[in-house]
Amino acid sequence: MSKAAELAALIGGQKALGHKNLVKNGAMVVAQRATSASGDTTGTVRTVDRMNPEISSAGTWTQSQSTDVPSGQGFVNSYKLDCTTADASLSAGDVLIVGYRMEGIELQRLNYGTSGAKNTVLSFWVKTNKTGNYVVQFQNIRSTIRTCSLLYTVSSANTWQKVEFPIPADTAATFDNDNLLSGILYWWLAAGTDWTSGTLNTTWADRVNANNAAGLNVNLADSTDNEWYITGIQLEEGDVATAFEHEDFGTTLAKCQRYFENIEFANGSVVTVGQVYSSHTAAAAPLRFKVTKRAAPTVTLPPTGRNTGNINFLMASAGYVPTSDGSIAVNFISVDSCTLQASGYNTFGANGDASWVYMNGAATITVAAEL
Amino acid sequence: MNITLAKYIKVTTPTDEEIINSVKATISGVESFVPMDEANTDYAEILRQVAAGTLTIADAD
Repeated sequence: MSKAAELAALIGGQKALGHKNLVKNGAMVVAQRATSASGDTTGTVRTVDRMNPEISSAGTWTQSQSTDVPSGQGFVNSYKLDCTTADASLSAGDVLIVGYRMEGIELQRLNYGTSGAKNTVLSFWVKTNKTGNYVVQFQNIRSTIRTCSLLYTVSSANTWQKVEFPIPADTAATFDNDNLLSGILYWWLAAGTDWTSGTLNTTWADRVNANNAAGLNVNLADSTDNEWYITGIQLEEGDVATAFEHEDFGTTLAKCQRYFENIEFANGSVVTVGQVYSSHTAAAAPLRFKVTKRAAPTVTLPPTGRNTGNINFLMASAGYVPTSDGSIAVNFISVDSCTLQASGYNTFGANGDASWVYMNGAATITVAAEL
Repeated sequence: MNITLAKYIKVTTPTDEEIINSVKATISGVESFVPMDEANTDYAEILRQVAAGTLTIADAD
C-alpha cells in the first residue's frame, strides 16, 4: 500500500480522528458529586461520573475516586469499591455489579443488526486483593436483551492487570437509536446462583439470567478486607485493543455533564435575573445549563430563604431582601434550561420590576439526566 | 430508588395561564424538581411506582 493509501485508510478510520473511545471518563478523572461516599447498600452514581454500582443484599460499600493507578500508563485516578460490611453467604438473587451505561445514539456507529456490524474491543485495568474468575459483560438493552460476556482471571492479588475483551459484532440485533439506555458494560463482582448457574454467553445471545455471570467464582463481598479498583476503560472498534485515549480534563468533564452537572455559586452570587409579575408576589427567572442534557433533567436547589446557604429571590424596591420567605419551584425544564419560579413572597415590588436570584452563602444547584 | 413524596407543581404564568409540567419529589431524602418527561429516569421511576400502587403524586396547591 502506498503512503497516500495508508494515510487515506487512517483518515477513514475512527482511530485517526480521535474519539475512538465509546466510554466517557474511562480514566476516572471526573467526580463531580464527591470523591468518596460510604454506606452504599443499593448503588447509584455517587462519586466518579458514569460509574454506577448496582448492589442487592451483597454487603455495604464505600465507593471513591482513588489515586491508586497502574504505573507508567499516564493514569492519575481509578474507581474504587471498598467493602465495609461483609456478606459471606449470598442468597440466590444477591448481586454486586458495577455498570457503565450508554445511550443508543452513541452506539449506532457499530452498525449492529446489519451485515456490516463491527467488532469491538473492551480494555481496562483492574486490581483487587481477591483472586479468582470474574465476568465482564456487554448488554444490549432492547425489548429482548442480548448479552456477550468474558470470563477472566485475576491471578495475582493487589496487582494491576490489563484485561482485553474482544467483542464480536452482533449482526442479529440493533441498538435502539435514541437517547435512552441502550448499552451497559457490567463488571460482575459477586452474584448468587440465580445469576451463575447457567452457561456464559461468550458470543451474542438473548439474555438468560442464570447465564449472566456463569463461571464467576469470587464473592467480593465476603470480607471487609476486600477492595476493587478499575481505570483505563476503553471500548473501541476493531479486533485489537490500542493504547488508552487520554484526553484533556475539560473535554471529559463536558462529556460527563451531558448526564450530570454541578452549578456552583460563591457566597453572594447573583444566580440569574428575572422579573416580578402576578400581583406583585411572584417572579420568574431563567437558568441555563452549562451543557445540553441527554434528556430534561432533575433539578435540585439549595434550601430557599434568607438563611446562610440558601437561595432567595431579591426585589428591586427598597430593602432588597423580602420580609418573608416564599418558595421557589423549578419548571419548564428542558435539555438546555429551566425556570426558577418564586411564589408566596409578600413584598416583591411592582409588576415588571427586576428581581434577582441571590445565593446567601456558597451553594450548589445540581442538574441530573442520568441513564 | 427511594422516592417518599411527590407533588405536582402548578405555575401561573405572566399571562395568567396555569400550567403543570414538573413534579416536586423527595428522592433518597433530597427534595428535587422532576420534569414530566418519561426520558427522565426519575420521572419514569415515579410513574412505575405509581403504577405499582406504592406512590401517589399529590395534587398541586
